[in-house]
Amino acid sequence: MKDYNQLIFELSKSGRMGYQLPKCDVEQVDLGTLIPSEFLREEVAELPEVSEIDLIRHYTALSTKNYGVETGFYPLGSCTMKYNPKMNEDNAAIPFSKNVHPYQPEETIQGSLELMYDLADQLSEISGFAKTTLQPAAGSQGEMVGLMLIKAYHDSKNDDKRTKIIVPDSAHGTNPASAAVAGFEIVEITSNPDGSVDLDALKAVLNDEVAGLMLTNPSTLGLFETNILEISSLVHEAGGLLYYDGANMNAIMSKCRPGDMGFDVMHYNLHKTMSTPHGGGGPGAGPVGVSERLVPFLPVPVVEKKDTGYFLDYDRPQSIGKVKGFYGNYGILVRAYSYIQAMGRDGLKEVSEVAVLNANYMMHKLKEAYKLPIDKVCKHEFVLSGLNNDKHEVVTLDVAKRLLDYGYHPPTVYFPLIVDEALMIEPTETESKETIDAFIEAMLKIAEEADKSPDLLKSAPHNTIVGRIDEAKAARELILTYQK
Amino acid sequence: MHRFIPSTKEDKKAMLESIGAADMEALFVDIPKEVRLDRELALDESKSELEVTRLMNETLGKNISTDALTCFLGAGAYDHYVPTVVNHLSSRQEFATAYTPYQPEISQGTLQVIFEFQTMIAELTGMEVANASMYDGPTACAEAAMMAVAAGKKKKSIVVSETVHPEVIKVLESYLRHRDVALIIAPMKEGETDYEKLSTLVDETTAGVLVQNPNFYGVIEDAKKSVEIAHGKKALAINYVDPLALPILESPGKQGFDIVVGEGQGLGNDLQFGGPYLGFFASTKKLVRKMPGRICGESVDSRGQRAFVLTLQAREQHIRRYKANSNICSNQGLVALRSTIYMSLMGKAGMKEVAEQCLAKSHYGAKVLTASGKYKLAFDKPFFKEFALVGDKPTKEVNGKLVEAGILGGYDLGPLGVKNGSLLCFTEKRTKEEIDQLASTLEVI
Repeated sequence: MKDYNQLIFELSKSGRMGYQLPKCDVEQVDLGTLIPSEFLREEVAELPEVSEIDLIRHYTALSTKNYGVETGFYPLGSCTMKYNPKMNEDNAAIPFSKNVHPYQPEETIQGSLELMYDLADQLSEISGFAKTTLQPAAGSQGEMVGLMLIKAYHDSKNDDKRTKIIVPDSAHGTNPASAAVAGFEIVEITSNPDGSVDLDALKAVLNDEVAGLMLTNPSTLGLFETNILEISSLVHEAGGLLYYDGANMNAIMSKCRPGDMGFDVMHYNLHKTMSTPHGGGGPGAGPVGVSERLVPFLPVPVVEKKDTGYFLDYDRPQSIGKVKGFYGNYGILVRAYSYIQAMGRDGLKEVSEVAVLNANYMMHKLKEAYKLPIDKVCKHEFVLSGLNNDKHEVVTLDVAKRLLDYGYHPPTVYFPLIVDEALMIEPTETESKETIDAFIEAMLKIAEEADKSPDLLKSAPHNTIVGRIDEAKAARELILTYQK
Repeated sequence: MHRFIPSTKEDKKAMLESIGAADMEALFVDIPKEVRLDRELALDESKSELEVTRLMNETLGKNISTDALTCFLGAGAYDHYVPTVVNHLSSRQEFATAYTPYQPEISQGTLQVIFEFQTMIAELTGMEVANASMYDGPTACAEAAMMAVAAGKKKKSIVVSETVHPEVIKVLESYLRHRDVALIIAPMKEGETDYEKLSTLVDETTAGVLVQNPNFYGVIEDAKKSVEIAHGKKALAINYVDPLALPILESPGKQGFDIVVGEGQGLGNDLQFGGPYLGFFASTKKLVRKMPGRICGESVDSRGQRAFVLTLQAREQHIRRYKANSNICSNQGLVALRSTIYMSLMGKAGMKEVAEQCLAKSHYGAKVLTASGKYKLAFDKPFFKEFALVGDKPTKEVNGKLVEAGILGGYDLGPLGVKNGSLLCFTEKRTKEEIDQLASTLEVI
């Protein structure tokens, strides 16, 4: 299994079949008489010809070359790789939910609309906002929507000078990219060494051309921005709005809320905070919560309720329009709803408490062997700055690759950009003390190895199915499809 | 203590002691009092699995699903057959719970699936390269439009045919408005793009021309004409396609399109009330460095074995930040996996048979529905699996009565200007009996 290295195309054999459809029970048609011949395909699309069992073995073999949350510990900073409860999967597969067409008459979709209405309400309560749209497909799309809302707000006041968005240099790359997609110019400000906003730098760029500020709190260094109220009043006084990147919500549920900190708009990552699976890169969901003044601009449709039941409200003249087909990644929304129901107010509180406890405990245990740039209480994650003893020039990448040999998914590396040799660690609340202790032990052992046998790290990983991959060759040769 | 959180009281105590914190509260002292929430969240208490599942079955049970209604509704979301193998394999946790494959040594499964997906999409569309997928069809169109703008100098507009899905046009409006790019709509004539008008709307400032084929109304267009018009003004030709039609229709690549995008829901994915679906995105190799989203490439590892890795990452937001053409930072990984499994299982013959059955059943439907003369086809044009039918009553009213008879009627074309028009869809799942039932029910409404 370990050595399996075939593509599905290489299993293909002419004439083999893995499917059967019911015999066509209406009269056969002649393609040529129904469709002009110049519209018809000449060359057959060369798709695989495989049997069902061969296909199953193929994809099962591929799955064993992956690492999931159920494989082991996944302390990937900023990504909140918590356990994805199985019950959410079953609830998303309820036939009343998955076999529903988005354009069905309203009276036949009352259940789904009720679920969406309630979920939006719950998300608004958790974040302290007036209303939440569920339409964005992912966090980055949520960011884009939030920025479009800010634009629409200023436009509605005929304030067309506000073309700039302030983004700290510690921000996630999607922040500036989303602002650019929404048509803004980006003003980057340097952060304090602890990742917090440099108030002087902020004041220096605030003026009547600023549409808003994008921030995450806790910051990407996992530290709470204690000046948040001052920051929000400074931005508001200058006529700007505040955008909250909800990537770090796992740290603060039931402790404090972005809406109460003075933020005007935020996106959630349901695939982080609300336990929906990451799927190897999606689908996620990025609902956006807004304060009262941004409600009129939310994307259409909004799920609303009247005496006769729930309905999709398109009659919103100030709306920014649609950003995605239909109503959002509904199947992901169902999972998040299932999760919030299971956790409840008591469970969500415990989530944030234990997520923060686990992070502080790990930080405390690792700070001797690894550089800890800022030694104060962290939230749900913390950032190390490479090995304390780096006399053999062992870098963060080597540590990360060596962790693979110990059977762990490495932390996020080289982010945030403002920390040299960054290793960003987020344990989440779903890991036991035993798991965390074992990981700490591995990290300490690696630090020792870095001193005694640095080559072991530099050539890692050794125990994985494949070794380090030649990325330059991939980019140079650009083999993006299988060639016979 | 919650069942999804393994820490015991003793664990918490020991960990707090080890840190030197008096209690849990000591870990939150950095949050200023003024912003602390001084109450519990207004949510229910935690619930057991049994309670949650009961509640969700009750709530969602207020839906009437396509298990109870025979589905003749399409319009961008299709009731195609989903082989059981797709669910079984895609629910393997190694695929479902993994993160984006940034650590290729432990992500070869996801990466190889993406590579296979790219290959199949490129093959179906007749294009040279494809990416790892986008959120859905409409956003893939928006990304294609933005890519066209980025690829051309002095390009300020996108021309889109009125026969493109109305939700695509709405999403394009939202995306382009913020980029100072004009969206120009070329009108429809008798169910297809008015190519003469289209050619007058395309000029040197046009970045891209977008047509759908088969179009929103189900009509198979002479889409090649848009390629000639676009290329005549150095604009990119973009085609929005139904992948289920591609096994029988001429590939967009052969027709000369530069970018091909589409909605991949029909490739092995449930209706799910509109999502998650997946957009696919293919182009010529020349444009690959402007392409949005993730791309997987083949390489070798340090031991000389074939291995896969995300490539051309210098295009993406985490490197280029605000200079990136797109802010997208994920794909629809698990949905792309489902579609890859679907295309592999159905394979060369199965994909073609699905297309042929759709064609045969929609044409049978057209024949029996128009037999009495009460209903007429809105357009006399070749079609694939959908067509516009016109009757003598508003579609909303007709559909209400169809639901009573256990039938999910077509998409209401009234708001789009086709009076009493309905867009009906016939997939390979519909039987002769169901189609006859639709016809006889419609006769008496």
